[in-house]
Amino acid sequence: MTVQGPDATYFAYLAATDWRIPRCRSCGVHVFQPRIMCPTCDNEAFDWVAPSGKGVVHSTTVVRRRPADGGDYNVALIDLAEGVRIMSRVEGVDPAAVRIGMPVAARLTDQDGETIVVFDSAGGSDR
Amino acid sequence: MTWYLRGKAAVVGAATAHLGAAPGYSHMEIAAAAARAALADAGLTLKDVDGLFAVSMHAVFPALTYGEYLGIQPRFSEATIVGGSSAVIQMLHAALALENGLCDVALIVYGSNQRSAAGKLHSPSGTENLPYEKPYRLRAPIAGYAMSAARHMHDYGTTREQLAEVAVAARMWAAMNPEAFMRDPLTAGDVLGSRMVCDPLTVRDCCLVTDGGGAIVMTRADRAKDLKKDPVYLLGCAGGHTHRQYSMMPDLTTTAAVQSGRTAFEMAGLKPEDVDVVQVYDAFTINAVMLLEDLGFCRKGEGGAFVGDGRLRPGGALPFNTYGGGLSCTHPGMLGIFTTIEAVRQLRGEGGERQVAGATVGLAHGNGGMFAHESTALLGTVAAL
Repeated sequence: MTVQGPDATYFAYLAATDWRIPRCRSCGVHVFQPRIMCPTCDNEAFDWVAPSGKGVVHSTTVVRRRPADGGDYNVALIDLAEGVRIMSRVEGVDPAAVRIGMPVAARLTDQDGETIVVFDSAGGSDR
Repeated sequence: MTWYLRGKAAVVGAATAHLGAAPGYSHMEIAAAAARAALADAGLTLKDVDGLFAVSMHAVFPALTYGEYLGIQPRFSEATIVGGSSAVIQMLHAALALENGLCDVALIVYGSNQRSAAGKLHSPSGTENLPYEKPYRLRAPIAGYAMSAARHMHDYGTTREQLAEVAVAARMWAAMNPEAFMRDPLTAGDVLGSRMVCDPLTVRDCCLVTDGGGAIVMTRADRAKDLKKDPVYLLGCAGGHTHRQYSMMPDLTTTAAVQSGRTAFEMAGLKPEDVDVVQVYDAFTINAVMLLEDLGFCRKGEGGAFVGDGRLRPGGALPFNTYGGGLSCTHPGMLGIFTTIEAVRQLRGEGGERQVAGATVGLAHGNGGMFAHESTALLGTVAAL
């Protein structure tokens, strides 16, 4: 990859359908959002690693929208197994059926020509 | 430590303008009307203003825009933009500027025509690129507050009925406030049964979208004594923030009000039980629950039961948002200044039908972004000095 900042690096990987997040080379914590420095140890060097894709719904809401405008949709915060939280949505189930504590699995999808990370229910619940 | 700023500055003028619907008026006209009214309240004029503290959702350079419109060339200006919290923390900045001689008359001013101009929330931040959240179409700000509410319910058993009680109490206070936008009776059933916007929050868990302006005038305490109204002293004021993007909020059920409240109370030498009237930024019903916890009025997790027993209603144990708040009085985009104006009115005994008898200490709390910035001010009469 060309020399660029962590934001551009993140989205360049995603555009190549290769989801990666930075992991601090010094203290080993995963960092999200990507930053030029590790918020834990202030180190500036990272490895870009593929997350396991496993996560748990930390919180969720249904954004209510008229059917004519596309209908209701889910917005959720997902705690990744790597210890960071990201905003996304859970697909494949009724938006109102998404529950806090629900195990989910990541999937890449195309939205308006952009690769984004969404989640599917992984079955069961850790509640 | 001793906090040098305690009581050094005072609010000497406070006013609202064009609350509700003001079709045909620009945000500058609304702000200027509030500024003139607040100065008249103090027995001062625009010519006396040499410190300008401006905040706006409509102007990129609020101090320049309002300074130009008001026809003033202040010696000291600032335009802190930390969302709806701004006007409350600007009181701290004004007190610092006044005490250091950087200005003698500080004007904090806000105005918005968001209801009439757009009919919905207006925010320059809507144009800001937040690439990690944008693809998920977060309906800001309500979806963030909804996820905090959902998490609070999950972790602590808070109920939608308890949240609804916040809206019911606000409406009862609004019924006694001629300035309030919505004054008809409201029941918990009305709140629960109204249109769901972002689960678990219905439209009646949400603040109004109105026009309106507000302004307050501050001077050093020595000068305040010689002006038209009884001074309301700034006893403590502090702020704090935890994030910008909602997904970066460290703990969805705990805000920086823990920090702002602790510091403001420490500066004032007061505790929550010393406060006679509490004005907290109620953009959504969950705000009352979480912010009362974080400010120390009850313990974390107990906010639902705390607000759910009717104590926020007129005649209840905790006079809360006595003007009807953002839920029933007014919410022109940024509510911070209105929490302060109501605290000042109560401390002056100007509350009319809704006056809390003998109020000497008031708390005004601002909230910005999605539980992102929190600012707390403690205000008091001369008896509280």
